[in-house]
Amino acid sequence: MTAVIGLKRTPLFDIHCASKAKLVDFGGWHMPVQYSGILEEHHAVRTAVGLFDVSHMGEVEIRGPEAGKLVDFVSTNYAAKLNVGQAHYSALLYEHGGFVDDILVHKLSETHYFLCVNASNQEKDYAHIRTVNRFDCEVEFASNRYSQLAIQGPKAIATLRKLTAVPLETIKYYWFTRGDISGVPALIAHTGYTGEDGFEIYIDPASAPRIWNEVLAAGAEFGIKPCGLGARNTLRLEAKMALYGHEITASINPFEADLSWILKMDKGEFIGRRALTGVAERGVTRKLAAFEMTGRGIGRDGYEVWIDGQPAGWVTSGGPSPTLNKNIGLCYLPVQKAIPGVPIQIAIRNQYVDAVTVTAPFYKRTKA
Amino acid sequence: MSYPDNLKYTKQHEWVLAEDGEGAIGITDHAQHELGDIVYVDLPKPGDTLEKGHSLGSVESVKAVSDIYAPVSGEVVAVNELLSKHPEKLNEDPHGEAWLVRVKLTDPRELGELMTAADYEKYVGAE
Repeated sequence: MTAVIGLKRTPLFDIHCASKAKLVDFGGWHMPVQYSGILEEHHAVRTAVGLFDVSHMGEVEIRGPEAGKLVDFVSTNYAAKLNVGQAHYSALLYEHGGFVDDILVHKLSETHYFLCVNASNQEKDYAHIRTVNRFDCEVEFASNRYSQLAIQGPKAIATLRKLTAVPLETIKYYWFTRGDISGVPALIAHTGYTGEDGFEIYIDPASAPRIWNEVLAAGAEFGIKPCGLGARNTLRLEAKMALYGHEITASINPFEADLSWILKMDKGEFIGRRALTGVAERGVTRKLAAFEMTGRGIGRDGYEVWIDGQPAGWVTSGGPSPTLNKNIGLCYLPVQKAIPGVPIQIAIRNQYVDAVTVTAPFYKRTKA
Repeated sequence: MSYPDNLKYTKQHEWVLAEDGEGAIGITDHAQHELGDIVYVDLPKPGDTLEKGHSLGSVESVKAVSDIYAPVSGEVVAVNELLSKHPEKLNEDPHGEAWLVRVKLTDPRELGELMTAADYEKYVGAE
């Protein structure tokens, strides 16, 4: 494997190379896009268990008497409502209401919050949070202190159980705990980006290679597969989870992105609230919609969407759904068209191929 | 994977197997490997004319779409119907069962401009 100069590496880089993973430049990081194959990895997560290196993701910690006030001022969801040990999905916005990033907020204590942010946004997010901090708390760029592994799939809990005394089944969805995994202190969160059951663990980077190998060994009897960013993308698309730079950008607001559920307009002042109050009064003109192809072809990221012979929007994410065996996608459409059952065309390489808007998520796991 | 000696190869990772004024066209094992799981193949129709170096269709993997360039000029006489139902055959047998199209060669001299198996192996080794 030839290393590309200038790309950042996770502590698992050597393991990825040794396992013949296909590595790509992902937002400045040298990351595995696939190991055995995207389809095989995707199916492993849906039917058994998969292991992802997501150490490129960033971490920001906020500590101090007014840590909660800063989190509520800088993000859209209602952090004051979180219990200690609970996490939620949220967003950082600009004053104009567009996205800085989407994030996970974990409440470690009344005075300590742990934020997981996107890899390519971590410096920007950190600077953004510091800039607006007028509260009695400290903001730490903590990415260098953590590696993150995601263990996802119906057998995730059975896999991880072998490596820890923590009673994993007592951790509710979107809750977390601190405990040891193979003797390594970890933050163990019942979260994920696959639409499947699973855990995301945050550990010391120096321990990451050993824990990676131990998780693979623990999951061997279930058919665990190391998974790359390719499968991560097909899995999250089926679950209609947003990806920064695709569904959410600086020029998209949470109403448009169909994320009004993380927008707590009544919680008090937060960055972006004033602009969004205006948006709420006027209404949005475009909105995220889900589609599936009815004609032959795959609507992919960036392709134009046409309705009645007119350009009407664009595909934000699109591709084959390995679980459903259909070609699916998400797109922005005029708000009155962003409802299920609307015939649309995707401009695929100079051809207009039929598709139809559908309800999403495309895939929803059946709870055990 | 070894590259069969009876095929001729392009820098864009297509191959041609020429016999009796006709040529079968496909993509190489290197190409299928770089693409990953292939899920869709868009091919021309019988009767269409291919011009050497121009796109004749596309191959799509889960992740990306990639043009296929005609390694030779000619008229399409057959299209591999197997691939519309089973595009994954391109991952399994790219130099055999998963040929893409057969053409009637316009100018067999074009074959001389293509790489031999040994040259191609060197080329992908260095890439």
